[in-house]
Amino acid sequence: MAEDLITVKDLKMHFPLQKGLLDNLLAREKLFVRAVDGVSFSIKKGEVLGLVGESGSGKTTTGRMILRLLEPTSGEVFYNGRSIFSYSKSEMEKLREKMQVIFQDPYASLSPRMSIGKAISHPLKIHALYDKQEAKQVCLTIMEKVGLSPASFLYKKYPHQLSGGQRQRVVIARALVTNPDFVVADEPIAMADVSVRAMILELMVKLKKEFDLTYLFITHDLATCKYICDRLAIMYLGRIVEIGPLAEVFKNPVHPYTATLLDAVPVPDPTYKRTHPIPKGEIPSAINPPPGCCFNPRCHLAQKSCREHEPELARVGEDHFVACPVMSIKLRS
Amino acid sequence: MNNTILDIQDLKVEFPINIGTVRAVDGVSLKLNQGEVMGLVGESGCGKSTLGFSILRLLRPPGRIASGRILYHGRDIVSMDEKEVLKLRGRRIAMIFQDPLTSLNPLFSIGRQFVETLQTHEKGINKKQAILQAESMLESLGISKERLQEFPHQMSGGMRQRIMIGMGLILNPDLLIADEPTTSLDVIVEAQFLDLLADLCRQYNLTIILITHNLGNVAQLADRITVMYGGTLAEVGLSGDIFHTPLHPYTQGLLASIPNIKLDQPELSPMEGSPPDLVNPPTGCVFHPRCPQVMDICTRQRPPAFQKNGHQVSCWLYR
Ligand SMILES: Nc1ncnc2c1ncn2[C@@H]1O[C@H](COP(=O)(O)OP(=O)(O)OP(=O)(O)O)[C@@H](O)[C@H]1O
Ligand SMILES: Nc1ncnc2c1ncn2[C@@H]1O[C@H](COP(=O)(O)OP(=O)(O)OP(=O)(O)O)[C@@H](O)[C@H]1O
Ligand SMILES: [Mg+2]
Ligand SMILES: [Mg+2]
Repeated sequence: MAEDLITVKDLKMHFPLQKGLLDNLLAREKLFVRAVDGVSFSIKKGEVLGLVGESGSGKTTTGRMILRLLEPTSGEVFYNGRSIFSYSKSEMEKLREKMQVIFQDPYASLSPRMSIGKAISHPLKIHALYDKQEAKQVCLTIMEKVGLSPASFLYKKYPHQLSGGQRQRVVIARALVTNPDFVVADEPIAMADVSVRAMILELMVKLKKEFDLTYLFITHDLATCKYICDRLAIMYLGRIVEIGPLAEVFKNPVHPYTATLLDAVPVPDPTYKRTHPIPKGEIPSAINPPPGCCFNPRCHLAQKSCREHEPELARVGEDHFVACPVMSIKLRS
Repeated sequence: MNNTILDIQDLKVEFPINIGTVRAVDGVSLKLNQGEVMGLVGESGCGKSTLGFSILRLLRPPGRIASGRILYHGRDIVSMDEKEVLKLRGRRIAMIFQDPLTSLNPLFSIGRQFVETLQTHEKGINKKQAILQAESMLESLGISKERLQEFPHQMSGGMRQRIMIGMGLILNPDLLIADEPTTSLDVIVEAQFLDLLADLCRQYNLTIILITHNLGNVAQLADRITVMYGGTLAEVGLSGDIFHTPLHPYTQGLLASIPNIKLDQPELSPMEGSPPDLVNPPTGCVFHPRCPQVMDICTRQRPPAFQKNGHQVSCWLYR
């Protein structure tokens, strides 16, 4: 069995809320956004873990803490068994070559004034890995690998001269140029057109095999997970409510939230009928999360105990964990 | 028989730019029946929004309608004078956009924006009546009336989107053009919104043009679907027919490239190539450079719309 590449233990990020003048005058209590509130999981070498949840559930914040782009309020992140917070500054620099990120929006993450070639080889320059000639060669090779061809022609182009699909490829090439082994892909296809999405997804699967990569694949779109993820972690209000093998979670979703999310995925078939009603209401505020289980205000199974105790993840099957005592008890009987 | 509410005839819309002319809509003919939901789908840049904007004569400069007619209840919008168009806009034909934050005024409360919309269009309505109308509109959108006092930034994306549709419907139009109304929303909120749209459609006998690049979104809601490609119509048909027996090779490619969570579809098959350059569109059928079934005639002659098994399909395979 493969060993864990990344292990996350009880990770928390509580952002202090900007206080207004009036709050200060009245000496009101300091408020926090509990963006991530106690998240634990691990990712095996060569595995793709999908981190799925609605907007504001804390997916990006989790990804940024794992890459140490953000210092957590508390908790640990281990890379190959060693805490990344124990790395010195220069050690961290080295580690950054190994842990890379692909952002959501290729428009925002590419500088309009930097040519494609410059943008892709930029990380090589930061890490001073090669001389100029070598760097160009490495860059051209990776460009061909991600389908930016002919590379020598596109090398000198600027972002606005490329199509959306090509721009997304540039962002991927830039992440892979330092030869990482772990990549956080934060909604890499959310902005893309349907036809481009399929292309990028296919490319990411191909590159994973070719470069022996491990991904944390962040998305709110469960349907795309099916084509790339091995396991899924479902996030709600800063917590993981269910985690397990993809096929298992798809076939037997246990947490009522997972079931709801799966059911809301648009199905390209006019004869398809939803099995659950769409829940009313919206994701509550992460400033004042509801007491007990964070999903209880929207849950059709909610009982008194759900409002009193914060549920822990419990095993419901092979490698499958769920934070819902009501369903866990149901399953056992 | 169904009443035709909108009859678009050979519409051409152009954007003259420095390097030539973008033929954003290039000979589109389409009829809409009263009370139906028409899904308008296609890749980015194929002309969906341009078609939507032309119906309201809201094209951004340098865009202009080069030729064709848009008959709304039999009257041609293209040749109307500006005053008449103003009367239609908002009152009879409403449009909602992708990003509600850009179309709601951040400085005014939701209530004030409803009142102003009502008072500019309906002479003689007083403030109290206007507020009452706004309150009942919010109710049918599933939002409590207290929230009229709030400002746009205090609301979630899903709620703002519902407010937008409320603003669109408050003047009781019969045609609603919704341009990617759910693109910025999460799946659950999106599903809630589409349910709401379906309800409103029944309740108000609304005709809806639902623009989206995601075929999956319109499957359950749309009665019919129009697939656009490179400024032209590739295929028009009943929703069920388009999904189950797509005829145009482009529609087939589009369907194969969207994920379906309910199917054991092991892989996606992305479409080769990229959308056409609308300044120098390919000769013949605009799709021919990407078409897996391309024939000799496709490179030379533009296919007209053929009728086949209830579909209207612009492809030489069905001549
Ligand atoms: N720097 C910050 N300061 C304060 N609050 C923040 C900050 N960054 C994120 N948040 C808040 O933390 C919560 C989680 O945000 P995050 O971006 O991680 O969510 P997400 O799951 O990635 O959502 P999305 O799908 O919209 O990208 C949100 O409520 C957000 O407003
Ligand atoms: N103001 C403009 N000036 C020049 N070209 C324009 C302008 N507006 C749109 N176009 C061009 O017209 C074509 C159609 O654009 P349109 O916005 O209608 O596409 P769309 O199908 O709505 O795409 P999307 O899914 O990205 O919204 C595109 O090629 C676009 O570049
Ligand atoms: Mg995010
Ligand atoms: Mg558009």
